Amino acid sequence: MADVIASPAVHTADHGHHADYLSDPEHKGIWSWMNTVDHKRLGVMYLWCVLAAFFVGGLFALLVRLELMHPGEDFMNAEQYNQAFTLHGAIMVFLFIIPSIPAALGNFILPLMLGAKDVAFPRLNLASFWVYVTGAIMAVTSIVVGGVDTGWTFYTPYSTSTGGAVTMMTMSVFVLGFSSIFTGINFVATVHKLRAPGMGWFQLPLFVWGIYATAIIQVLATPVLGITMVLLVMERAFNIGIFDAQIGGDPVLFQHFFWFYSHPAVYIMILPGMAIISEIIPTFSRRTIFGYRLIALSSVAIALIGFLVWGHHMFTSGESALAASIFSFLTFLVAIPSGIKVFNWIATMYKASISLDTPMLYATSFLLLFGIGGLTGIFLGALSVDIHLHDTYFVVAHFHYVMMGGTVIAFLGGLHYWWPKMFGRMYNESVGKIACGLVFIGFNMTFLTQFFMGSQGMPRRYYTYLDQFQPLHQFSTFGSWVLGAGLMIAAVNLMGALRGPKNAPANPWGGTTLEWQTQSPPITHNFVGQPSIEHNPYDYRNFKVPSDAV
Amino acid sequence: MSQAHEASLTEHGGHGDDHAHDHHPFHQHHFATMEQQFDASKIGMWLFLATEILLFGGLFVGFGIMQSKHSAAFIAGHHHLDWQMGALNTCFLLISSFTMVMAVWAASNNRNGNKQGILVTNLLLTLGFAGGFMVVKYFEYSHKIHDGLLPGKFFHYTGPDLVPNMFVFFSFYFMMTGLHGFHVLGGMGAITYLIIRSLKGDYTSDYFTPVDLIGLYWHLVDLIWIYLFPLLYLIS
Repeated sequence: MADVIASPAVHTADHGHHADYLSDPEHKGIWSWMNTVDHKRLGVMYLWCVLAAFFVGGLFALLVRLELMHPGEDFMNAEQYNQAFTLHGAIMVFLFIIPSIPAALGNFILPLMLGAKDVAFPRLNLASFWVYVTGAIMAVTSIVVGGVDTGWTFYTPYSTSTGGAVTMMTMSVFVLGFSSIFTGINFVATVHKLRAPGMGWFQLPLFVWGIYATAIIQVLATPVLGITMVLLVMERAFNIGIFDAQIGGDPVLFQHFFWFYSHPAVYIMILPGMAIISEIIPTFSRRTIFGYRLIALSSVAIALIGFLVWGHHMFTSGESALAASIFSFLTFLVAIPSGIKVFNWIATMYKASISLDTPMLYATSFLLLFGIGGLTGIFLGALSVDIHLHDTYFVVAHFHYVMMGGTVIAFLGGLHYWWPKMFGRMYNESVGKIACGLVFIGFNMTFLTQFFMGSQGMPRRYYTYLDQFQPLHQFSTFGSWVLGAGLMIAAVNLMGALRGPKNAPANPWGGTTLEWQTQSPPITHNFVGQPSIEHNPYDYRNFKVPSDAV
Repeated sequence: MSQAHEASLTEHGGHGDDHAHDHHPFHQHHFATMEQQFDASKIGMWLFLATEILLFGGLFVGFGIMQSKHSAAFIAGHHHLDWQMGALNTCFLLISSFTMVMAVWAASNNRNGNKQGILVTNLLLTLGFAGGFMVVKYFEYSHKIHDGLLPGKFFHYTGPDLVPNMFVFFSFYFMMTGLHGFHVLGGMGAITYLIIRSLKGDYTSDYFTPVDLIGLYWHLVDLIWIYLFPLLYLIS
């Protein structure tokens, strides 16, 4: 690496303490936040928004689980139940998970990791945020003015004939898509052009690789969702005859269009989670990551193969046997890069001196939960098994293990990992671990039961069920309370830390990537001077762990 | 394009450094060099164009599937389109692509204002051809509206050649040419912006990024029409 050193790295310590981006005297007041082009401030604003969405979506989830305590109607009738799970799904997918890691943590961390002053297009970044807010307001409006009961997938012909605010909700998804595209364009251009001197593609931190692969999917898949939503609105408003079979349309065409985006969107959700895990594991194992290039390239492989598997959502919708077989094969194929990642992470941890701080606790939870979520995906990709399990709780449990057990757990791990960097404050480590434990236990109580129910034939999206499922349903609901309690404790712990003094050192975990080379929280322009690359990321043989690291 | 930037390649030091070297007025602080800024913008534009292709791609796929489903209706529908008007519009856009290229060439070779006139003239010509396209489109649309050849539930054509599901063809005709028309209007707005800034003398061989990027966008708008024209007007 010696040949790529451009200039000696400039450490904050050599220059004394500078005003950080939160308390910069040149940028004060609400307005300085609302029209900021600073990627860090935008990341923080995105963070508050996605956390609010997570809270609202979580409340709907608790309501859904509560209704399922007993068969029959408890406090919601069938229509209200349909609305509750639709809003849970739509809010969690479009307002929380998709923007969570890229737009909130990615915005904050990615330019820092590259040693850049900002993203390539700061004003586009600001636009992305306000477009997101506009879309979120439209989504909330659709709840107020009539609700949506189609499920988050908006399948035709139901979505073209049902009442309620489906048009408003689908237009909200269209608008949110632009926010996602803007973020994606920004990140691809940033990674291509704003790397620090000497940082080649294979000196990029793996978080950057994951976010880069995600951004490619965001750019290439989201426009198709956009046009699909427009066509759906056109069909609802003007009966253009594309999706409605009564006037010569094809409802399955909608499913193809929808999943052409929404299956890659699954990788928009999980790749950033994997990106965070690739950072946490080497840092807390104090070890050079095993198989760097394979992890990096497997992100790109997932992004590319992920475009070719959408048909596995339609095995029961009338697909030709040949098409179904090809989609099934490609679905198995896309599992390989995920497996490569998991084995490389485990190999990194093998015989390492692991410190189980809160972020690492989340990362190990991720390995187990994502392992279950990924493997059950293989079951569902198998044609004959899927006919039995399609639209049952098995599917619900599978994607919650990936989305919540994978992405959300990684997001929480990332929050705990970068919280000291973002806000300059350490949270209570013991409380953080307890919260993680509760989340892990509560999550498994909630969703492991659903695998059993699904394999026994419990269909998804029903507000009532056969009596035989009641013990498992009740256990699942109790689990949702444990999960909710764990999340609340984590939130109180993190938020509570914000009231304390700025006590975080620049590099509390002994991380090797560039974001730890600047002070916590970073100065407005990120670095004093242009940082350069002295060693590969995760190269603990040549990296001196600072003495104030935990 | 990089040869056009040699004049302003200056190493931009970190924040707080004392940089006395010359600093281009349109150089944003987070880019080290003007060349880096240009390259980043260009990547951004290409990515945006990719999203545009995929946006239209959804309509093209939908059109293809519906055409195979209702082929008789689509053939009957296309007889109501005037291929001569479509061909005229194709010519307008092809010529406007040429004038746009000339504008980019003029901007990238504009030293001390020596290509200023060529730049502004070609931008005005491009705007003019785009306007001509919209005028032709206006006559085409009003003819369809008069005949009741409208999308979806507004379709009320009752002529002798009426075929079931003919409205689907006009749904796609209006959605595809309508979305394309909005892109032409957007392009006209962007070209107007370029003309205003060109008149101020903002674009020189050191900095002509907006001309280059909007030029790329304009070519895509033309290219989409090149596909729309045979697809809608010339099917058989």
